[in-house]
Amino acid sequence: MKKDKSDLSRRNFFKTGAIIAGGITATLALSSVNGLLFASEPPKRKGKWYGIGIDINKCIGCGKCANACKLENNVPQEPFYFRSWVEQYTINNDGTIKVESPNGGINGFQQSIPDEDIFKSFFVPKMCNHCSKSPCTQVCPVGATFETPEGIVLVDEKYCIGCGYCIQACPYGCRYKHPEKGTTDKCTLCIHRLKKGLQPACFEICPTQARIYGDLNDPLSNINYFLKNHTCMVIKPHLNTGSKLFYNALSPEVR
Amino acid sequence: MEQHYQNLHEVLSQVVGYIYPNEIELNWSILIVLYPYITGLVAGAFILASLERIFKVHILKPTYVLALLTALSFLLVATMPLISHLGKPFRAYEIMITPHISSAMAIFGFVYLWYLMVVLVLEIWFDYRRDLVLWANETTGFKRFLYKTLALWSTDISPKAIALDNKIGYIITVIGVPSAFLLHGYVGFIFGSIKANPWWSTVLMPVIFLFSAMVSGIALVMLIYIIITKVRKQVIDMNCLDTIAKYLFYILIIDFVLEGLDQIHRIYEAEESFEALHELVFGKLFFTLFIMQGLLGTIVPLITLGAFQFYKPKEQTRKLIYLVITVLILIGIFFMRWNVVIGGQLFSKSFYGYTDFKIELIGAEGYLMAFFWLVVPFVILSFLLWLLPPWKKIDVDHDI
Repeated sequence: MKKDKSDLSRRNFFKTGAIIAGGITATLALSSVNGLLFASEPPKRKGKWYGIGIDINKCIGCGKCANACKLENNVPQEPFYFRSWVEQYTINNDGTIKVESPNGGINGFQQSIPDEDIFKSFFVPKMCNHCSKSPCTQVCPVGATFETPEGIVLVDEKYCIGCGYCIQACPYGCRYKHPEKGTTDKCTLCIHRLKKGLQPACFEICPTQARIYGDLNDPLSNINYFLKNHTCMVIKPHLNTGSKLFYNALSPEVR
Repeated sequence: MEQHYQNLHEVLSQVVGYIYPNEIELNWSILIVLYPYITGLVAGAFILASLERIFKVHILKPTYVLALLTALSFLLVATMPLISHLGKPFRAYEIMITPHISSAMAIFGFVYLWYLMVVLVLEIWFDYRRDLVLWANETTGFKRFLYKTLALWSTDISPKAIALDNKIGYIITVIGVPSAFLLHGYVGFIFGSIKANPWWSTVLMPVIFLFSAMVSGIALVMLIYIIITKVRKQVIDMNCLDTIAKYLFYILIIDFVLEGLDQIHRIYEAEESFEALHELVFGKLFFTLFIMQGLLGTIVPLITLGAFQFYKPKEQTRKLIYLVITVLILIGIFFMRWNVVIGGQLFSKSFYGYTDFKIELIGAEGYLMAFFWLVVPFVILSFLLWLLPPWKKIDVDHDI
């Protein structure tokens, strides 16, 4: 039987339509995976682009990372200035939450709540999120804060005017005004060590390897392995800062 | 430095709940409270002047020049609290030379210079030019030289030249009104655009700043007018004062409604930060927000000025009440800035706790420094009133 020509073209139309729709859905699905992974934006350039992973399940709250950071980077020893610190979260049976970080956790932690009252307790190491859409970089009036091509957010202390606007703009409390220099100070991901092929101080000292860092552009890197094998999340994702600090086992109580 | 650390240790002992360790120190202190306060006074005073010039409210004439000179005195000082607060004040010029265009703060230098040089100075110059030429002829010695220089050695005071001055002055004022709006709305944007801070991050912030600026600027000019006229032993123009009070009342209503809307919106939406902010407002900010800003700075003036629209007591009583009301409003708006700037730093961005604010008497960020920058504009104004006395000016007819 001879087929109607219009029938054929209709079938072709549906066929092509289905392919296009499927293609779009697949692309959308794929890009949404990317969106989740990078919290906002996938990298635009080739070459190294650093991301950080912290496994909360592995952190024992020894505080060595916070101490190593202070020693390595000459951060003032007073308990008001930190590039890196550890928080202890205790969620009680009655649903109340207690958060502590005495001296940034440098001297370790002592649980003040009796064991029988605790539902769960865990440690969360904090540091600069090295955001790809960092609000601190956005607001700097002179451009003293910038993101390196490797995705590290730095402050040029020879250029910073010390207005403190970036400190206000960081949602994670990762910046402070250096009391002697008068300029803003923050985590550099120990770029001086990275350039020598060494690990950042807090990563090297971690006894349980709860911290890893690596090249997000390299599909075989540690960080990508970590992201693929854990359910990772960033802090305050609704602020769309493009955070590149990914936590495994992050509880919603952590802010 | 030891004293600084000691203060921070004291604050550390006052911390309630959990705050990020870097949040113990408040980075924006009383000088940053003064910055929006002073720019607000400038914008408000200028807008009052423009009411007379553009909107032809000629009854306000006695305060026209006074408002402009007040705006100039405060504008000359507006950047000083900001610069003296910087960690590296000698690098402040970098904002102008290498501005980072995505930064709200980077634009301040340009908005400021535009407003100071293009709008305010030019408007005052065109308004005073004829008087400067005349005063140069009447005086001798250094004062004569000064007036001549200020008039930029112009001598033409023919009716044609005066008409041109008047016309240019008018055009500048027309440009000036949106500029004044820009100046202060923009200062609100510096705070309103910080998404990390839910106490600041509201789209209403620039509008609230603008209207509170008008309220404070108008109240300031009113207060200065009352005091100066008393000091000069002249008669206060009550029609003028009543009209200013009427405008003050209207703008205060808008300001109150906008701030109320902001709070109602926060309460109704009750976002993630709601509980933390609720505790802040009823705790550490209770006195400055409800008593100083709300009750004394807003409700009392609103009720009094509102009542005056229906019933006017005797002149002498009215003058006294205006004096008290303007002072209350000025205090109220100061605490409005305080509640925004200091309040926005008292709670942790983790929403789990609160820090405290301890201010020193002396030092770069102490009370004395703040007091100094608040007094300097009055010294400048006194000088300007001596050099360019508005009461010796020839009346210019702004009805062109």
